[in-house]
Amino acid sequence: MKVLVGQGSCGIATGAGKTANEFEKQVKNMGLKNVTIDKTGCIGSCFLEPIVDIYDDEGKLEVRYVKVQPEKVADIVNKHLVGGNPVWEYSIPSMDQDFLSRQKKIVLRNCGIINPERIEEYIATGGYEATKKALTTMTPEEVIEEIKISGLRGRGGAGFPTWFKWNAARLNKAENKYMCCNADEGDPGAFMDRSVLEGDPHSMIEGMIIGGYAMGATEGVIYVRAEYPLAIARLEKAMQQARQKGFLGENIMSSGYSFDIRIKAGAGAFVCGEETALIASLEGERGMPRLKPPFPAQKGFWQQPTNINNVETFANVPWIIVNGGVAFGAMGTEKSKGTKVFALAGKIKKGGLVEVPMGLPLKEVIFGIGGGIKNDKAFKAVQMGGPSGGCIPAELADTPVDYESITKTGAIVGSGGMIVMDETTCMVDMARYFLDFTRKESCGKCNYCRIGTKRMLEILERITKGEGKDGDIELLEELALKIKEGSMCGLGQTAPNPVLTTIRYFRNEYEDHIYKKKCTAKSCKALLTFTITDACKGCTLCARKCPVEAITGKVKEKHLIDQDKCIKCGKCEEVCKFDAITRD
Amino acid sequence: MTCMNNNCNSSCKGPDFSELAPILEKYRKVPGSLITILQRTQEIYGYLTMDAIHYLSEQTGIKPAKIYGVATFYTQFRLAPIGKYLIMLCKGTACHVNGADMIEEAIYEELAIHNGETTEDGLFTLNNMACLGCCSLAPVMMIKSAESDETYGNLTKDLAKKVLLEIKSREQEVN
Repeated sequence: MKVLVGQGSCGIATGAGKTANEFEKQVKNMGLKNVTIDKTGCIGSCFLEPIVDIYDDEGKLEVRYVKVQPEKVADIVNKHLVGGNPVWEYSIPSMDQDFLSRQKKIVLRNCGIINPERIEEYIATGGYEATKKALTTMTPEEVIEEIKISGLRGRGGAGFPTWFKWNAARLNKAENKYMCCNADEGDPGAFMDRSVLEGDPHSMIEGMIIGGYAMGATEGVIYVRAEYPLAIARLEKAMQQARQKGFLGENIMSSGYSFDIRIKAGAGAFVCGEETALIASLEGERGMPRLKPPFPAQKGFWQQPTNINNVETFANVPWIIVNGGVAFGAMGTEKSKGTKVFALAGKIKKGGLVEVPMGLPLKEVIFGIGGGIKNDKAFKAVQMGGPSGGCIPAELADTPVDYESITKTGAIVGSGGMIVMDETTCMVDMARYFLDFTRKESCGKCNYCRIGTKRMLEILERITKGEGKDGDIELLEELALKIKEGSMCGLGQTAPNPVLTTIRYFRNEYEDHIYKKKCTAKSCKALLTFTITDACKGCTLCARKCPVEAITGKVKEKHLIDQDKCIKCGKCEEVCKFDAITRD
Repeated sequence: MTCMNNNCNSSCKGPDFSELAPILEKYRKVPGSLITILQRTQEIYGYLTMDAIHYLSEQTGIKPAKIYGVATFYTQFRLAPIGKYLIMLCKGTACHVNGADMIEEAIYEELAIHNGETTEDGLFTLNNMACLGCCSLAPVMMIKSAESDETYGNLTKDLAKKVLLEIKSREQEVN
């Protein structure tokens, strides 16, 4: 029997490490000889972590236990592992099965199933077959042709055809060529790359080897966030094992092709998602973008032809080589092929990683898989593409998720962050939040991006504080256009998108803030009025906690807030035990 | 070495950077290694002192201005010491939507520090992060110390305060 404990970062954060230790202890105490305890990556259902799978001796999944806190372990060991009777009340509820059964997993095919720290398990699932096939039976041109047939497009944000980039890098002759992997997942609210790196590092490494072979690269470099220590550790282990097995290094599988990979830990800069900035950072410089052309395929890392793809793009490659480009192209829409991984988070019932065929309607992802909105509030919008993307309103929930359809709404597919918002999320505040982010992350090279984002942020801050003026919306629109036109790289060109989409779909919220001094979502504190209702029992707690002594009232009598003194900090609402404070 | 700080009395004895020798040995000759060298230096000393920047400049031949430029460009690098416990509060989109500001308030109420500040007793430093990548557990914070990295998810104000209180009382017991 095998006990498999999911230990991605999410799982560990919910205590999966402690659960695994408890299993070790209990199994040892009971003297169970035929039980092994193993770890795996994230299966994507983060809302159910820690997840423990029990496999029988034939390797068949017997029971999936969810939310296994250490105190549940004794029950599972005693009743199931010893007694042979599964503890069904801890197993995955049938309604949550939908979360997994509605998905189509290619990129995440091994995540949460294999132990990422043992190459043998990856090989047992058909791993490195693609490398063998590509390097020993296909020419580089044939590999590129297969990727072209598949229609694979870059999963990092821009959606550029992968085969085209590989081919461009292939055609440029040079002594050294580099295959880079962008694993610097900087979009706040996206964690799909982290899951692949932690849960199935070999699929990404294999993609790099095959891509390297196709373009004729001499070396591979993985640029990964220093904030992902677990991912770095697992990558290092995976690379070492791949070297021992002869999948990396000199003369791979006697094909005559030599290729090795090294890791560079990024130091935290969103702009390094831009190719030329990433290259500058790899060279130890400040991560500032430069003008293109020359493109990285012509002059990239150390002025040599360089190709950069995202983690998810690479993880698709082995599947395409083994199953063929036609099979991959059969999934998705006419122009967006295959599947896409989304990080579903925010005000959603079942958050986590989901992989779906391109073209599925948004509402199917949010309601069908994600189970709808937390606490059954009203669905207001979904933010896609992070700081470069936009907010798609509930009315457009039928939009299929593919590159073209999402771009039409003003948002972008981006790297796949999908943040769901409900009626209590203020859209002006969301725009302010993203502008604050891009303002901090602007590298400062282009004036419009550096100063323009700051000016836009100041206006948005004023509006959310109730100091908005007539003409602010128009000024924001004008600035947005100027920043888009006047910035050299993608960061500046897309930075105004969150503002533009919220103005486009939620102009009334901006107007309410500016002209009525009201926050529609009752979220911007400066625009709220706190009042005490008849539910007040006169417990005096709010009066004692109010930092400006604005609340008066006798014991056991209804209290009153002096609106002139009130600084709208919300402390009274927070401490009230009788829900007697309302915000309006 | 002598102290490289221009504002400093030159007769004082500069700090000892012998721990950097193996790092410099390995990376000095590898082009493009400045960020890696700075990361290792920060791992050893907890932050980058101006003295360290001058020392690295002397050893690598890279101008101090350039090292300073790189060190201030990336969010990972710190130019001031941090507390024993580094609170990394996630301010990613999912955490923002789920109330990361409230957690920041709770930290302020418990420790009286804002983003970037350190408590007077040198125990805690608060750093707001762009995203820790645990979005479905939002709001999230990670507390880093020499012994461990602990991530706390699904936080509420009370829960965050409880975590901080536990660390505080554990520290008091030790002393």
